[in-house]
Amino acid sequence: MNFLQRLFSQPKLHAVGNDHVEHGEPAKTEDNSLVANPSLNNMTPFNQLGPGLHVGKLSDVGREREQNEDSLFAFEAVVQHDFRQERFGLFIVADGMGGHQKGEVASALAVRISASTILKDLYLPYLINDQNANNRPLNEALIAAVQSANVAIQKLAAGAGTTLTITVVMGSTAYIAHVGDTRVYLFKEDKLKRITQDHSLAEKLQESGQFTEEEAAQVQNVLYKAVGQTDLLDNDIDLHVQQLSPGALLILCSDGLWGLVSEQTFQEILTSAPTPQQACEQLIRVANENGGRDNISVIIISIGIEH
Amino acid sequence: MAFETHRLENSKGSGGNFDDTILPKGAVLQSRYEIIKVLGVGGMGAVYLAQDLRFSGVTRLCAIKEMISTTPDPHVRRLAVQSFMREANLLVQLNHPGIPQIYDFFTESVRSYLVMEYVKGDDLENILENTAGMLKEEVVLDWAVQVCDVLIYLHDQTPPIVFRDLKPSNIMLRDQNKIALIDFGIAKAFESGQKGTMIGTEGYSPPEQYKGVADPRGDIYALGATLHHLLTKRDPRLEPPFTFHEEPPRLLNPALSQEANDVIIKALEYDPEKRYQSARAFKDALVIVLKKEKPHSATPSGTQLLSSSAATTVLPDQNTTPTLSQPQYPPQYPPYPSQQYPAPYPPPQYPPHPYPGYPPMTGSSGELDEELNDSILPIWKFKCEDEIRSSPQADKTKLYIGVYDNNVYALDLKSGQFLWKYPTDGGIATKPTVYKNSLIFGSEDRVVYAISDAGRLIWTCPTEGRIRSSATVEFDHAFFGSDDHKLYAVNAQTGRVIWRFESTGPIRSTPALGDELVYVGSEDGYVYAVDLSSGASRWKFRANRGITSSPVVYGELVIVGSSDWNVYGLDAKSGYSVWRTRTGQAVISSPVVADGTVYIGSADKHLYAIEAKSGKVQWKFNAEAPIVSTPAVTEEAVYFGTAAKDRGELISLSRRDRKLRWKFKTGGPVPSSPLVVDGIVYIGSTDHHVYALPA
Repeated sequence: MNFLQRLFSQPKLHAVGNDHVEHGEPAKTEDNSLVANPSLNNMTPFNQLGPGLHVGKLSDVGREREQNEDSLFAFEAVVQHDFRQERFGLFIVADGMGGHQKGEVASALAVRISASTILKDLYLPYLINDQNANNRPLNEALIAAVQSANVAIQKLAAGAGTTLTITVVMGSTAYIAHVGDTRVYLFKEDKLKRITQDHSLAEKLQESGQFTEEEAAQVQNVLYKAVGQTDLLDNDIDLHVQQLSPGALLILCSDGLWGLVSEQTFQEILTSAPTPQQACEQLIRVANENGGRDNISVIIISIGIEH
Repeated sequence: MAFETHRLENSKGSGGNFDDTILPKGAVLQSRYEIIKVLGVGGMGAVYLAQDLRFSGVTRLCAIKEMISTTPDPHVRRLAVQSFMREANLLVQLNHPGIPQIYDFFTESVRSYLVMEYVKGDDLENILENTAGMLKEEVVLDWAVQVCDVLIYLHDQTPPIVFRDLKPSNIMLRDQNKIALIDFGIAKAFESGQKGTMIGTEGYSPPEQYKGVADPRGDIYALGATLHHLLTKRDPRLEPPFTFHEEPPRLLNPALSQEANDVIIKALEYDPEKRYQSARAFKDALVIVLKKEKPHSATPSGTQLLSSSAATTVLPDQNTTPTLSQPQYPPQYPPYPSQQYPAPYPPPQYPPHPYPGYPPMTGSSGELDEELNDSILPIWKFKCEDEIRSSPQADKTKLYIGVYDNNVYALDLKSGQFLWKYPTDGGIATKPTVYKNSLIFGSEDRVVYAISDAGRLIWTCPTEGRIRSSATVEFDHAFFGSDDHKLYAVNAQTGRVIWRFESTGPIRSTPALGDELVYVGSEDGYVYAVDLSSGASRWKFRANRGITSSPVVYGELVIVGSSDWNVYGLDAKSGYSVWRTRTGQAVISSPVVADGTVYIGSADKHLYAIEAKSGKVQWKFNAEAPIVSTPAVTEEAVYFGTAAKDRGELISLSRRDRKLRWKFKTGGPVPSSPLVVDGIVYIGSTDHHVYALPA
């Protein structure tokens, strides 16, 4: 069975230098109440938002598609008692594909099923301190969530597929599972760092050493792994663990965003936007200004200061 | 154009469009070709077997390739016709036994036909599917040589013709084992530097083909990919692209020769400059491999003989008096501080059983069966009075080892010559730790000692339980556990206790240090993370059985084994279990991490190599005896001891090939861990000997 999935789309703009917004000023918002104090020029404004997680999320159909086949899920909770504060976050982005309008069915299913698996098997036991369940390795719980989404799509939306990227945040650590090319980035000390590897032909061409990032961006967007198409081996699901320091940002986004916004603009917006939500809005605006060729989804999680 | 996403369908099945338009048996084209049957259905139309009626009374078969353009889009239709015409024009100029001859070409309304030589046979993809087991190396390489001959012919044309779609289903095997290439649909006259559209079957295509580059060296890559598939049954279309090098042919099919493996890998280089630069060069390389009589079978354990230049002094039994100037008297114990000291001090059990579930040790007489070790000889060996259960330690010149005769011995590292021994009142089951110029170790007499490298006592630290954990020293503090359930932090220079942390079971594992936390396992089943400076508990993780294995800190993870059969990867900050890998028996051995891989032994007789960040088992080696020893790792190799009922071995495996390098048998189980220093492996055995072997 052929694993290659074709996403018919224009080649990506990994614009270096031709980005319209690159030299412009990032948009200032009306509500300037949380804009950085001049005396605190070098601090990411998010630092001042206080403890816990602060989340921005947004999904947009873009300029060319008729449907939005991306789905997203964002859940965040804090338990505070005694001197302890326990943070929990669950963030999921899925980018659907498949003919006959099944793309959005696949991505919605992936998001709902995997979210419910994690909340049920991981979060609720954690909340009530269920020792037996708490021994279950996080990796296993993440894999089980992706697998249950895979089974559900094959059953209820046969022929469709989706990418799936799940991030669980517990305390100061993010646990990530993904299949496809929806990415997770870490933004720390003004630098953007990509955590996930795309399961795409373009990524593999780059890895072979024969293609630069620009050349790879010109290749048709073809995935060699997706959720919902065939049985997945546990090995097919990539896992990552990332420590989060206060002031750091975690970003989940579909290719409609990372394919259309240059790394430099990305960094500028993340450094200067007053809140995660406004950063999301600005990023999507830039992606649309650059053509909006695909659906655009982004979740930004800011780590506040732990007391 | 509206774009939509869809899944690539297998074109063989898409004959749906043509079902009603396939010519029936008996139909006649051009009043000359009578259709006999359909040979196959391609993307553009069917391929038929036909009889040329001009030769009446005689069987004159031919293959007729049909092209129907049913696409409504005239642009696409035009492209299809051009491609078809190109194939016809290319082929008609060519003349080679490996390429079907063109006889005729004509058009009837919207259909075009190419009449060519009928190649009777089966394609290599079918043959592979219908072969049980692997194909033979000589057979496949012979086919490859024939394909090279065709490629040489094509690439020698002016301008060179690049086939561009080489794959098993495009290679036919006729009778007498002769090869023919079919389906020249996309072969392209190579105009240097010109780029065309990206076509070609994914999986076999080289990276540069996706840039539109059509270079003869691309055919070499595709042939390499074809050979990889044929000799391993690994279909590149079902795997992530460009991952051939992660699974070299010999790994998947050990019957292949190393030479064949290397030729295929070179053809599969992603950089065209690194491949064979011509089909001729590729063919020459294949012929060299074929000339060897038979494919080499995998060599059995790589035996390693001692070179004659190595010192092979074997020292006589040591009953000599120690060459120390100071007298050997037992140290004075400071009075025990607490009143909980159990009054009658039971003598140490002999032989003691330190590890739960551990096979009972028979006190072996220590006779070495020399004839079992013809593959590797020790550089020196040293005999002690009793079993050696603990692991050796070394500084620049000396080897230190604790023995069950209650002494710590210091031997010369290079010669094995006895230097001094330090007596205690209990057996030594721990590995000494070197700290500046001193040696720190614990004894079953419940005391932790610090002695100088000349054997002089510096300090002692008494505890309330036997010491079977080794000390970890950092920041001028020594951390160790005791059977009295406590983890101690003491000043390494004075032995003064800074803090103690109490668990609910004996602590026999060696503590591991992180940035701010100390990690240690206890026989009570918990892994504890304790604040370095205060001894306050930060978190604890419960496994289902005791933890004798010593944890290891790797990045953000703490990795440790448990007697509950699992190896765990825990988040160092929070103690959450990130991954868990199950083995077949208790894991008493401690993990060692090198280059992102965890090496650890299990009582299930296997040595495991596990990916440190995910817990995935990369490979495992069957040592045929339980492993409680912690492995030692160098650039090339892994070393570990095994502990069968009455004998044990030191085994060395190659990290890259995962194969056995050598085995060294001793007269008793080897529960301790080897130490590698400057190319020599040191290990003690319960057969009373310390051995130094070439690594």
